[in-house]
Amino acid sequence: MSTSTHSGSNRIHGAGRLTPAKTVRFTFDGQNLTGLEGDTLASALLANGIHLVGRSFKYHRPRGILSAGSEEPNALVDIERDKSRRQPNVRATVQEIYDGLKVKSQNRWPSLTFDVGALGDVFSPMLPAGFYYKTFMWPKFAWKSIYEPRIRAAAGLGVTPGEPDTDRYSNRFAHCDVLIVGAGAAGLAAALSAASTGASVIICDEQPEAGGALRYESAVTIDGQPGYEWAASAITKLRALDNVTVLTRTTAFGYYAQNFVGLVERISDHLSSPALDMPRERLWQVRAKKVVLATGAIERHLVFANNDRPGVMLASAARLFLNQHGVAVGRKVGVYTSNDSAYAAAIDLKNAGIDVPVIVDTRDNPTSAIVDAARSLDIEVLTGHAVFSAGGKRRVSSMSIQPTRGGSERKVAVDALIMSGGWTPSVHLFSQSRGKVTWDAANERFLPGTYAQDCVSVGACNGTDGLQATLDEGLAAGEGRTSPIVATNGTEWTGGMIGSAPGAGADTSVKAFVDFQNDVTAKDVRLAVREGMHSIEHVKRFTTNGMATDQGKTSNLHGLAIAAEALDRPIPAVGLTTFRAPFTPVTFGAIVNHARHDLFDPTRETPMHDWHAAQGAAFEDVGQWKRAWYYPQAGEDMHSAVNRECVAVRNQAGIFDASTLGKIEVVGPDAAKFLELLYTNPWEKLGVGRCRYGIMLREDGFIYDDGVVGRLAEDRFHVTTTTGGAPRVMHHMEDYLQTEFPHLNVWLTSTTEQWAVIAVQGPKAREIIAPLVEGIDMSNEAMPHMSVREGKICGVPTRLFRMSFTGESGYEINVPADYGRAVWEAVYGRGKPLGLTPYGTEAMHVLRAEKGYIIVGQDTDGTVTPHDAGLTWAIGKNKTDYVGIRGLLRRDLVANGRKQLVGLKTVDPTIVLEEGAQIVANPNQPVPMTMIGHVTSSYWSENCGRSIALALVIDGTKRLGETLYVPMPNGVIEVEVTGMVFFDEKGERLNG
Amino acid sequence: MVELAHATRLHPLQAGNPDVASASVTLADNATRVSLRSRADAVAALSGTLGLALPTKPKTTATSGSRAALWLGPDEWLIIDDVDSSVAADLAEAKVLHSAVDISHRNVGIIVDGRGAAAVVNGGCPQDLSLKAFPVGAASRTVLGKIEIVLWRNAENRFRVECWRSFANYAYAFLRESARDVAV
Repeated sequence: MSTSTHSGSNRIHGAGRLTPAKTVRFTFDGQNLTGLEGDTLASALLANGIHLVGRSFKYHRPRGILSAGSEEPNALVDIERDKSRRQPNVRATVQEIYDGLKVKSQNRWPSLTFDVGALGDVFSPMLPAGFYYKTFMWPKFAWKSIYEPRIRAAAGLGVTPGEPDTDRYSNRFAHCDVLIVGAGAAGLAAALSAASTGASVIICDEQPEAGGALRYESAVTIDGQPGYEWAASAITKLRALDNVTVLTRTTAFGYYAQNFVGLVERISDHLSSPALDMPRERLWQVRAKKVVLATGAIERHLVFANNDRPGVMLASAARLFLNQHGVAVGRKVGVYTSNDSAYAAAIDLKNAGIDVPVIVDTRDNPTSAIVDAARSLDIEVLTGHAVFSAGGKRRVSSMSIQPTRGGSERKVAVDALIMSGGWTPSVHLFSQSRGKVTWDAANERFLPGTYAQDCVSVGACNGTDGLQATLDEGLAAGEGRTSPIVATNGTEWTGGMIGSAPGAGADTSVKAFVDFQNDVTAKDVRLAVREGMHSIEHVKRFTTNGMATDQGKTSNLHGLAIAAEALDRPIPAVGLTTFRAPFTPVTFGAIVNHARHDLFDPTRETPMHDWHAAQGAAFEDVGQWKRAWYYPQAGEDMHSAVNRECVAVRNQAGIFDASTLGKIEVVGPDAAKFLELLYTNPWEKLGVGRCRYGIMLREDGFIYDDGVVGRLAEDRFHVTTTTGGAPRVMHHMEDYLQTEFPHLNVWLTSTTEQWAVIAVQGPKAREIIAPLVEGIDMSNEAMPHMSVREGKICGVPTRLFRMSFTGESGYEINVPADYGRAVWEAVYGRGKPLGLTPYGTEAMHVLRAEKGYIIVGQDTDGTVTPHDAGLTWAIGKNKTDYVGIRGLLRRDLVANGRKQLVGLKTVDPTIVLEEGAQIVANPNQPVPMTMIGHVTSSYWSENCGRSIALALVIDGTKRLGETLYVPMPNGVIEVEVTGMVFFDEKGERLNG
Repeated sequence: MVELAHATRLHPLQAGNPDVASASVTLADNATRVSLRSRADAVAALSGTLGLALPTKPKTTATSGSRAALWLGPDEWLIIDDVDSSVAADLAEAKVLHSAVDISHRNVGIIVDGRGAAAVVNGGCPQDLSLKAFPVGAASRTVLGKIEIVLWRNAENRFRVECWRSFANYAYAFLRESARDVAV
């Protein structure tokens, strides 16, 4: 035996597939270590003789490396590239090492070897399963303030990163005829077969390379090649095919409806210095016609006392570390098994020159040839024996052996103990697909039963034993015509043990771990049963067995068997396990992928946005839109800017970006008829070139939206909606058109974004824009209030509306959106010397409130009728049908006592009410007072020189002149109920 | 059994540089666009007016010179033409029942071009863009990330993405971001 100390003292010369010259340097808790390219962190640590890598979740017990795969419950570490790229709870068995990798152990203080938290292990009799439900009941207040925070701080694993993640993540949608999950023998056979049909194939595997168990099955040959080499050549062949996509380092984590499968491809986690632009991970969202699950099986541990000591690990893991990485997990390796497969590991270790003092087999009389093969290598085989406990603390130092039926104990010194409790088929994805598992009583395992989707399981995950049968099954699943693949010397994987091993039975109180990650022992499961948990779902929640991030890949079956034994019921009667996505933890980054920063959500900007920004406008979010809110000048706060803007509109003119208003073009010979049905107002008689304010109701009679509608031609209307209502109004109209009025010849087209809308409002509006307009007579007579004309402005086409949401004479200039900025600047350039002032949405709100114009969604809340809102005039009295006409007649909607929209004036004109404030009739009544309404809009009106407000008040219109009260934390505010119009009550300014 | 070596060619810019874009994302020229609506009985007459056979099958298009008609629904087409097109005037002459609305400024066109074009679009569009499912000439209303788009494949490796103008920043940024990830 010769060893290489360069990349670790436990590196066995001539073993494994890594290249000794390709060394990689990394650190573990600050210690400089060397591994080889192709090492996982686990194999590199083991090569350096490091077994202790973490502390357990609850008891802070020293923990090592259990497995060599993604099922790892123990070896969870923290990996940090820099402060913003730190990842806790990384499985050392999955992480590949790279030059400069920085690894820290978790859940220990002050150090891994001396951990104060380990006192929890000493006091563990006081911390049984469910202890926090019972122990910390009193005093009540202490749970939240003392117990919970402290328990949470003491328990747990990694620490959440505090900095925003600077890595990139990507996404790809893909379709294929066949998706194959797993590139072991079964998956590769399926892929070769499926590819031969010309089908589009995606094959993924969570490992960096193909092969699955062939990576450690040393004796196997396939088609005359060593198994591993056959796998490598198969994947090379597949990669070269145009119809095959090979994804390695890619985990299928979720299997959803209609063969939709989520994969995460890890792109840069194994690279020393990934290109800055390279995504760290890519989410693949795959829709497959057929899914082939070739996910293999996971080896179980054995449940015996102190089975969690570092150095106690799965036999297959030891075999992979040896045959793939050339690493011996110990120099004196004991074996504890209940089936044949561990013998293969023992034989490989022995052949590599490792001392294997004993194989302890719980079976009384195993007859397989491999048992004799072990004996012939001078390995002692003790059948009918069990390991009752493992010695040592931070590393296993011995195994205590007894006959399974009791007898004298024998202690064997070891520095590693490998075990096999048998193999659990990986039915996780099958179960996620809503397939129903069935219990294979003969072999004590769950297997795929009833399929819910077009999916097939092949190989070990289907309970298929034997390599030849696995390959045959894979070929058949691919539905292709390829010649048979011939295998020899596969290892037999059936048999094993579930539940507690001898020495950890119901009569004992040893710490025999079932679930390593959540620190659940066999004793805990039995306690749960004694406490009355009879279903596995209850047992799981009481003990947290199988509920850690490893999802109990190694522990579920043991937990179920122990519960079943305690209940004295058959396993299927205790419950079947349902697996849920994700199979292994998925980063938030991968799920979010592109949707970060600017791509988190679309930000919609109007054609004039940059102009507003250049003027220093503050913006307001309205849905996804950015709207100019107000334009503060030097030294102005919001209040003074809004006051200035409001006064300017009434005295000279204001310019306002109304582009976000929803616009729908309604075209067809039945357009007017359609609008008659959708709005309360009459439309048939609206003349071409005229506009009308319309109210749209829901079927129940409540206001849904409002807006001005202009008639451009007999068969063409330009409808406007609220900004926020644009999409839903379009859907509402389309819905009614298609389902209720399909006989009408009319079509709807959204033109919201076709037009930039520049509102120019105020006494000088016409003077400002008239010189820019061609082909339209803008005189009061030719173009009165509420009319629309088509012509040109600044040389480009316009739909020019004369309308007003301010109460001033004004226009809304619609121009094709790309011209919006230029026309805006032209209008502003001409108007500025005349006092034209840009105003934002806040001033717009104040100006409309001064006139008592409502905003749907602010002054209405989905329970307000046109009558309630003082808009009875907008209902066509002679109309016999429109959406909501019957709703308006409902008894509740015509009864007294409805809330009606009114104006409020505070008795002290300087007080501005709070929007949403409640209104009462008598402020001296005891609390809780009877509330009779609430404030919907409230502003300081510089134009009125006082505060103004709108409110919904019960029977409000009958209360005009009454005094009501608004109780606030700082005192009661007295208000007078008024009409809704606060400025220019007669509306004369509209026609100026 | 003798294994055939499958040597694949490696472009010098792609060796170790997965961020080398294999597709470009550029703005389409300004265009004339019309949303055309009509019932089945007017399709023949409108086809005559337009000088192309309006497609009547889902996911299909018809083109004639610079003019294209994209099927968007049983009674809906998106007509795209050069910026100086007469299509609006042509349709105004059509006597059959229809609705034609100018949406030239409502939409923005973005071109994704190059070997990785389909993968770039698939970064945010869940449709099957294989040539079998989405051949040259296919078009459909669909989604890209969080927005609605119209997607038109006008060559094997070229897509036109049409979206509403206020979503153009998002669409462009999304496609550029996706293109960083695609090196085929």
